[in-house]
Amino acid sequence: MRISTTPALILSSALLLAACSSTKLDESKAPIEDRSATTGQPAAADPRSVSTVTAGTMDPLNDPKGVLARRSIYFDYDSYIVKEEFNPVVDAHSKFLNSNKGRKVIIQGNTDDRGGREYNLALGQKRAEAVRKSMALLGVPESQMEAVSLGKEKPKATGSDEAAYAENRRTDIVY
Amino acid sequence: MIMRTSFLTSVRCLGLTLAIGAAAALAVTGSAQAQLRVEISGVGANQIPIAIAAFADESIAPQQVSTIIKADLLRSGFFKIIDVTSPMSETSAINYGDWKARGADALVVGSVQRLADGRFDVRYKLLDTVKSAQLSALAQAAAPQLTRVSAHKIADDIYQKLIGARGVFATRIAYVTKAGREYRLEIADADGEGTQVALRSNEPIISPAWSPDGTKVAYVSFEAKKPVVYVQDLVTKQRTVVANYKGSNSAPSWSPDGSKLAVALSRDGLTQVYAVNVDGSNLRRLTNTNGIDTEPQFSADGQSIYFTSDRSGGPQIYKMSATGGDAQRVTFGGSYNISPRVAPDGKTLAFISRRDGRFQLFVLDLGNGQELRLSDTAKDESPSFSPNGKYIMYATESSGRRGALAVVSVDGRVRHSLSTQAGDVREPTWGPFMK
Repeated sequence: MRISTTPALILSSALLLAACSSTKLDESKAPIEDRSATTGQPAAADPRSVSTVTAGTMDPLNDPKGVLARRSIYFDYDSYIVKEEFNPVVDAHSKFLNSNKGRKVIIQGNTDDRGGREYNLALGQKRAEAVRKSMALLGVPESQMEAVSLGKEKPKATGSDEAAYAENRRTDIVY
Repeated sequence: MIMRTSFLTSVRCLGLTLAIGAAAALAVTGSAQAQLRVEISGVGANQIPIAIAAFADESIAPQQVSTIIKADLLRSGFFKIIDVTSPMSETSAINYGDWKARGADALVVGSVQRLADGRFDVRYKLLDTVKSAQLSALAQAAAPQLTRVSAHKIADDIYQKLIGARGVFATRIAYVTKAGREYRLEIADADGEGTQVALRSNEPIISPAWSPDGTKVAYVSFEAKKPVVYVQDLVTKQRTVVANYKGSNSAPSWSPDGSKLAVALSRDGLTQVYAVNVDGSNLRRLTNTNGIDTEPQFSADGQSIYFTSDRSGGPQIYKMSATGGDAQRVTFGGSYNISPRVAPDGKTLAFISRRDGRFQLFVLDLGNGQELRLSDTAKDESPSFSPNGKYIMYATESSGRRGALAVVSVDGRVRHSLSTQAGDVREPTWGPFMK
């Protein structure tokens, strides 16, 4: 999750993209003989060009250091209760959704691979539903959330040990 | 600046790597033809010794008819095959005494002929060597690609005449394979041969279920990033979304008349059982608990629905009227009982039970409550009865970690397994008798 949000940050930031493209233009336009004259300063061939800065547009969802970067809620064995340590995650996403009415989430429940596919699908739903209910209590309207289950069909960890099982007892909040 | 530029480049590189990876995966799955391999272990109590001669001129057909008949009868566990090397047609003179002396109670002879229109005429006779009499005869003209079916139908006829129950060799099975990233819903003959792909997807496919007439399959596909129930016409490829409500949609089961499906939906919170018409209309809720109710299965008479519920704590199997209402608990042994399947005669329930951490196939006699464990493996899933009620097919693990299919007779005596060279095979479901 963290790895993939970092390039998203770069790509979605108008500021950085604008800066990048202007650099490329500058480099291509910069005459070689001018370089010695600027003595190592970054080339700025066209002093009349203006690059726009828009303040405060960074999507807080894409802040890798923010609590919104945490999208997974882990569950104990045979448990379907959101543990206290994940309250900040649920709170943060609820607040974000309440102040961004145009955004929607899919809440995906998962299980470890022990037991039947359909029963695990229902157990995964129970985990997704636990998170959905918590967010509903924090005021997130139904229209912005859908709780679904992937059961044991899309394991994040593929091993058959407790570490893998624990990784798969999980609900993800997906925007 | 340079740092950021190089980061963008590395992102592009990653994209390229992924594309190459996907192409490689495609190449691998493309070449790996998933033919099921059959292994037989365990035989029936009383085996009928039967001599099966090579059919006259059978080499002109795409498949050896007598070889398919022999394999079918051997796999059933009820026959001991006596090989006959020289071909014998249905018109050959028979010396019954010779065959009795060789220990054969029955003899199969036949022939294959190419007709002017390109079809193959497959003729056969079943002879009783003890009574020195003909027991049965068939003549079938079929397109070349249906030679296998002609052979299976002969095996069905032999089975019926000698065992007294309808054979299931000409029925089909559906199952899901996973190789690399690709999931496939495949249809094959009951012996695992003649594989055809009904659906390919890069997202999981689970819970296939045959329509009672054997022309359609309902299943759950995750292609929309969540479980949705579809019905697919196998002949026309036409797909219908039967249930795509908010939340998860799963566990389709056909009513015996083929008019409606029972499904498990989470549209009202936790997973509950609903009924819906095959075209997706007239949804009605059948269970009403604040726990899990799932895996509905119609009884053969269509009057009841068996399902899995955690209303008592762990999952157990319950039974209710097909219109909903009060439910009675059916399973009591063990703390985890799931995946109910009712035998065609309604007298036996197959299910998966967790005992000592192992998930195993069990059958329960619904009359006297006796249960019988039918496997000694640890990861059994999705049982289904053969349409004659004599066998149960289920998913299990082969010697490695890959999924395989196993077949066991309901008395536990006869076993065989089907596995593929490439990838996993899971979610088997045995199709109905077909016209």
